[in-house]
Amino acid sequence: MIRITEASKTFHEKSTEVHALQNVTIHVQKGEIYGIVGFSGAGKSTLIRLVNRLETPDTGTVEVAGQNLSSLKGKKLSALRRKIGMVFQQFNLLDGKTVFHNVSLPLILEHRSPAEIEKRVAEVLAFVELSDKRDAYVSQLSGGQKQRVGIARALATNPEILLCDEATSALDPQTTESILKLLKRVNREMGITILLITHQMQVIQLICDRVAVMEKGRVVEEGPVLEVFGRPKEEVTKRFVRTVINDQVPETFYDTIRAESRHYRLEQLKFIGDTVNEPVIANLCRRPGLEVNIVGANISPLQGTIMSVFILQLIGETEALRSAEEYIDASGALRQRLMIDWESRNITEIPAGKERTDG
Amino acid sequence: MDEFLNSKIFGIKWSRLLNSCGQTLYMVGWGLLIGTVLGLILALILVLTRKGGVLQGRLPRVLYLVVNTYVNVIRSVPFVILLVTIMPLTRLIMGTTIGSTAALVPLVLYISPYLARLLENSLLECSPGILEAAQAMGANIWQIIRYFLMPETLGSMVLALTTGAIGLLGASAMAGYVGGGGVGDLTLTYGYEKMNTPLMILTVVILVAFVQLIQFLGGAISGKLRAHR
Ligand SMILES: Nc1ncnc2c1ncn2[C@@H]1O[C@H](COP(=O)(O)OP(=O)(O)OP(=O)(O)O)[C@@H](O)[C@H]1O
Ligand SMILES: [Mg+2]
Repeated sequence: MIRITEASKTFHEKSTEVHALQNVTIHVQKGEIYGIVGFSGAGKSTLIRLVNRLETPDTGTVEVAGQNLSSLKGKKLSALRRKIGMVFQQFNLLDGKTVFHNVSLPLILEHRSPAEIEKRVAEVLAFVELSDKRDAYVSQLSGGQKQRVGIARALATNPEILLCDEATSALDPQTTESILKLLKRVNREMGITILLITHQMQVIQLICDRVAVMEKGRVVEEGPVLEVFGRPKEEVTKRFVRTVINDQVPETFYDTIRAESRHYRLEQLKFIGDTVNEPVIANLCRRPGLEVNIVGANISPLQGTIMSVFILQLIGETEALRSAEEYIDASGALRQRLMIDWESRNITEIPAGKERTDG
Repeated sequence: MDEFLNSKIFGIKWSRLLNSCGQTLYMVGWGLLIGTVLGLILALILVLTRKGGVLQGRLPRVLYLVVNTYVNVIRSVPFVILLVTIMPLTRLIMGTTIGSTAALVPLVLYISPYLARLLENSLLECSPGILEAAQAMGANIWQIIRYFLMPETLGSMVLALTTGAIGLLGASAMAGYVGGGGVGDLTLTYGYEKMNTPLMILTVVILVAFVQLIQFLGGAISGKLRAHR
């Protein structure tokens, strides 16, 4: 549906150059919710604006619904933009006008008849559950209601794609959740492909099918949400995942762990949905020569399923620990050995390949 | 009625006084109307072709530079000087330099760049986000102007026009002196030169009343337009 290939964009500001995008390639499939996450200034807005040609790449190509955008101008560009709705962080509504007027604007631009406009506006307002605010002025609405109007406006022309530039960043957590639910409905009930950008990992966690992580103008990691959350590779990704899923050992447990004089290892186990069918932790407890302490646990909803993280302190002889690890790996749970640096009190993960037999 | 018009107030006939008021309204009214049309066109060119403007890159940059320079140059010439300098032009266009209609030429030439600057400031109040949303909806340039840029800034533009109208009133007094008629002319030729102090005071009161009226109307209309923001 949206295919951005090797796109680069540099802004020239006086004497400095800002490489907003560097060789970015993403491919958004029809019908999915694709999220791009990154810190401020990573180039997310620049990237999303390529899709409706509010921005043009210096090099690289942008294809939307099979159409290469580089040659689009005038009427054809307008026609394409009508197939792409856009929702903004600051809503960008006409504050002094009514909800009805705002939502009807894209239809007025298409020269639809008043009767048609009346009907369509009523439909989309009902969809976003704002029918009763039809004649209210936008300035009288709350942030969440304003964003609903923004979404209704974006939906008015029956678009195939919805672009959301930080659609929930100006809202409180509860309102954020209700707007995210609405976006999910837009996707599921209307079959609209959604490309959204955010710096809140929670947004990705709750509604996205796939995610790309951006840093300094590059996409550093990309994949299905379950995979990226389960096995984040890059440091930025891990930091983002950590903002919603606590996979750390609570500091208060450090001393308990350290006080253990016997031979032990710290293992982090992740279970996603029902990929693991056996009671792994219960079985570990029953293994001879092995003692299990749970020193960290977190359960969070993830894309309609559940991801649970456990941090275990496994105590036993080297051989018992090794066979326990083998057992965990065979069960399908995602395992990662951890080390605590007692000097700095930091936890480091030991990459699977670099595990020494002893820990 | 005739009796009243022929009766005198501070040494001049009422008909004369009312006629002068009419001339002033004529000059300010038409001057403001034509000046607003021209000023708005100039302001739109400035706003749309400036750096980061909606049409930046689609229209040649010289257009911005030319309009910007024109506005600056005309605005730096004091009105009295402009008035006499362009008399040949006025004669060319109107056939004469005498009368309220002829006075419109220098008045419009003077006020349109002034209004252009004021309106430019108003138009710049439209948040870039609104224009971005308009573009994202597929609006063409005329639609952007008509449905987004103008409605968003109308209240502020009315205030700008109010300020412009008051400036125009002042300029019309000067234009009147060199042949345009109006209240300003009355003040200077009958009040000042014939040392008719009561008449002078009366005309000043009238001018003050005009300013008050303009300011009141402008404020009220603008307030109404901004009622729901
Ligand atoms: N029109 C522009 N002119 C100059 N520099 C720009 C322009 N637009 C963006 N940039 C720069 O490009 C970089 C990426 O900006 P962008 O807005 O895409 O980041 P972002 O990831 O959306 O950040 P945020 O989360 O703060 O919105 C920034 O350093 C920004 O200053
Ligand atoms: Mg941004």
